[in-house]
Amino acid sequence: MARILPKKDVVIIGLGWTGSVMANELTDEGLDVIAIERGPWRDAPTDFPPSQMQDELRYRIRHELFLRPDQLTFTLRNKLDQQALPMRDWGAFMPPNGVGGGGVHWNGEMWRFLPSDFVLKTHLTQRYGADFLPGDMTIQDWGITYDELEPYYDRFEYLCGTSGTAGNLRGQIMEGGNPFEGPRSRDYPTKAQPQPFSHTLFAKAARELGYKPFPQPSGNLSTAYTNPHGLRMGPCTYCGFCEWFGCSNYSKASPQTTILPVLVRKDNFTARDNSEVVKINTDRSGKHATGVTFVDSSGEAWEQPADLVILSAFSMFNAQLMLHSGIGQPYDPKTGEGRVGRNFTHQTISSVNGFFDKSKFNFNPFIGSGSIGMCIDEFNGDNFDHGPLGFVGGGYVGQVQTGARPIESALTPPGTPKWGAAWKTAIKDNYLSTVKPGTGVHGSFYAYRDIYLDLDPLYKDRFGRPLMRMTIDIKDNEAKQNRYLTDKFAEIIKAMGATSLAKTYRTAPYDATTYQTTHLNGGVIMGADPKTSAVNRYLQSWDVSNLFVLGASAFPQNAGYNPTLTVGALAYWAADAIRNQYLKKPGPLVDA
Amino acid sequence: MHKRSKLHLAAGATALIAALFGELGTASAGDVDPMNFSAVDRGRYLSILSDCASCHTVRQKNQPFAGGRPIETPFGSIVAPNITPDLETGIGSWTDDQFDNAVRKGVGRNGERLYPAMPFNAYTKMSREDVLAIRAYLNTVTAVYNPVVANTLPFPFNIRTSMRVWDGLYFKEGEYVADPSKSAEWNRGAFLVDGPAHCGACHTPKSFLGGDKTAQYLQGSPLQGWSAPNITNDARTGLGGWSVEEVAAYLKTGHNRVTAATGPMAEAVDLSTSKMTDDDVKAIATYLKSLPGDEKPQTAMAASAAEMTAGGAIYRDQCSACHGFDGKGVDRLFPSVANSSMARADDPTSVIRIVLRGARSVATDKEPTAPGMPSYGGQLKDDQVANVLTYIRNSWGNASPAVSSGEVGRLRASLAKRSD
Repeated sequence: MARILPKKDVVIIGLGWTGSVMANELTDEGLDVIAIERGPWRDAPTDFPPSQMQDELRYRIRHELFLRPDQLTFTLRNKLDQQALPMRDWGAFMPPNGVGGGGVHWNGEMWRFLPSDFVLKTHLTQRYGADFLPGDMTIQDWGITYDELEPYYDRFEYLCGTSGTAGNLRGQIMEGGNPFEGPRSRDYPTKAQPQPFSHTLFAKAARELGYKPFPQPSGNLSTAYTNPHGLRMGPCTYCGFCEWFGCSNYSKASPQTTILPVLVRKDNFTARDNSEVVKINTDRSGKHATGVTFVDSSGEAWEQPADLVILSAFSMFNAQLMLHSGIGQPYDPKTGEGRVGRNFTHQTISSVNGFFDKSKFNFNPFIGSGSIGMCIDEFNGDNFDHGPLGFVGGGYVGQVQTGARPIESALTPPGTPKWGAAWKTAIKDNYLSTVKPGTGVHGSFYAYRDIYLDLDPLYKDRFGRPLMRMTIDIKDNEAKQNRYLTDKFAEIIKAMGATSLAKTYRTAPYDATTYQTTHLNGGVIMGADPKTSAVNRYLQSWDVSNLFVLGASAFPQNAGYNPTLTVGALAYWAADAIRNQYLKKPGPLVDA
Repeated sequence: MHKRSKLHLAAGATALIAALFGELGTASAGDVDPMNFSAVDRGRYLSILSDCASCHTVRQKNQPFAGGRPIETPFGSIVAPNITPDLETGIGSWTDDQFDNAVRKGVGRNGERLYPAMPFNAYTKMSREDVLAIRAYLNTVTAVYNPVVANTLPFPFNIRTSMRVWDGLYFKEGEYVADPSKSAEWNRGAFLVDGPAHCGACHTPKSFLGGDKTAQYLQGSPLQGWSAPNITNDARTGLGGWSVEEVAAYLKTGHNRVTAATGPMAEAVDLSTSKMTDDDVKAIATYLKSLPGDEKPQTAMAASAAEMTAGGAIYRDQCSACHGFDGKGVDRLFPSVANSSMARADDPTSVIRIVLRGARSVATDKEPTAPGMPSYGGQLKDDQVANVLTYIRNSWGNASPAVSSGEVGRLRASLAKRSD
């Protein structure tokens, strides 16, 4: 029996990016807020000191900052008729754990989605006709437009100090930026990071092929910056330990560097770490949340009552907690009905490594930064005519040199023996003259009727609750998109002067063992229609109006960009709706 | 009835103080002077100026002024007593005279001599009215039953009568007397520094008996495993390189262009100086900047010396990512070691400690970032720490004595016994 704690105004589940944003906004409103976080407290200078943090074995290989599969895992299958099996090690994605969430160990890419991404179904149907889309594709419009979200994109960019070059300033296309981006109301807070040699070479080759390369917008800063909360950040030192690692150089935007030091000084904020929320409680009507139940590190259960519940865990855990709490009808792929679990998506990633003549090229690949890079956006979203190509979607491609850490950067050209003296020589010969893009091809992943999340009928977690079951595969549309983008990318790497290429396409079946990205989306998607979405345009549950669900779980499908900036912008958008609409008149903000 | 008469008295005192300090009112409209408030509020502000909470409140315990914190002295620890209004274990049953005698004369309730861990030799500069205002404020805090055994000193220091001799040698009773040749701001600063803020308690070197070496007033002193820096206007080791505004910013926000407050000063900033008015921190800065340094000439070690070459290589590898190749760091994020008087201090204890142990700077409302420096004690050997500090102390125009491997080793050994 859970013991009951004194009631709070707001309980926040998960203290990552969105939980931190929301906690800060709602404490500013004067509300008494508690955040409950499953993992440990993490503080930049003491948890990732620059004297010790550059440890590839500890953080990259042994997954120091991530959830342990023993603690909680997922089951996975590719097709409806298969038996899903539990994942016992992380591969394709890395579920975060602890204060700061994925914001601790991300690379810092700060992409806005295209205006057409938010009205994807309408846009593609208008341009190509409904029949052009695969029959099992279930893409939807978001219920929000780019123009509505723009001020919140801007807020998150300025929170983080984002380094970049504007491509579209209030409708005017700017030289050197991304000409395809939606109009931005003002320039980036800080100028783009200076680029290493392989990036300038990529940009030159791309320009010669007729593309318009631009620096990837980065949450690793080019220069010192003080954010609107008065928090100070330092310039990136290009140490090359970004993704998988925490940054204590105050260079990478994270909740620790941009929000938490201000939040923890507030008397109306409390955080409880190492405590896992196991259920959102509702009253007898099932339409009103009364708080949450969590289990602390001693295994004791506690009930935290609250007037408002913010679910801001990692995307799949959002869907899982909704299902475990019985909020929202579970999605059924056979009928296509149900709200929670639908439109689960990932990202379609591939890469091309280029091997260059070592007597002519020295890329110093260890000079790295998580999101430094030169990219092109000609093949993203619907920036190009898909008519003759027979697929929809796309992504950015680019040379993003995130570092050359010794264990993972032991690359050799195709045909090299896998061990022995010849392998050793090849490692030595190629280390400095290999182009190994951090991401390379970063493609969209659209939604399908039979790619979804539900509760596993067999496997259970340590609390006896069913595990979350992922049913996911690479569909023909995504495979075609990836083949097209990878070939285009390889042309540019070749044009840089590579003597040989190692090209890898993303193909079916979906492979859980090799890393793609941690961009898992959907499951609790936003939309205008309560039949096909779990939350309304303000991320408010259609079923329980005092519950808001933040994060990439709200994406109806995934665009060809990294999700964090859109996740952060949506958190500010939802916070604004709570502060200016919901608190004045609690109840549904959109009539179902 | 008793309480009321006291309030009347305090109100009268407020008017008196207001008249005395009225001319100091440089504040613009809207900027309030807490010294002009009624007794309780004035007392609260005076308790901030006096930093009573630093010793009398155990941090993280949520029992303000209930005492129990051991105060480290070279002679042993003295536990700060309970000064809440609890009748039995606090000061609730004390008379005003008893309280005033304790704060300003170092005489306890029963006539016993207090140890100067209680800075009565500084608080004596305050007026009786000031002290009774503090009392009025303390009367409003929650009474906490918390018996404290204050005297935990070893023999012979535990014999309080020995303090009579000490008082005769080092204690000069008496309120602050303004120097009419100086500005009102300077006088306010001098009063704060020598009176309630008791800066000399840490920053003035002590004799073997723990009394102030007045000839070295505010020139820096060893303290709890740190070295409190020189806060005179000495160009090399003091505040000479800082403007009045930079000193004031340091006190108010814990950070400025050059450095950040850490160690015991972080606590002083957190509890006291950051809560002072802008006028008061500026007055302190004005006064400190008026104190001449001894300006001892120093010659920099040649860049070609073996220690400098080795230290420079370590600096490049381990330090430059944050502090920069030019040693200037990042404004109010990473201190400028090139311009740091602490790095140049004659006693290098603090910088050795920071390298060995790491340090966390203070968070304030104005500068909430609170950046930290990691510990390099596990990575750098004694001679490496010595070399890199010697390099910092003799580069970018700095000139200070080399740090020896032995000094680092001794501090490493003594820090190993410290829990802070």
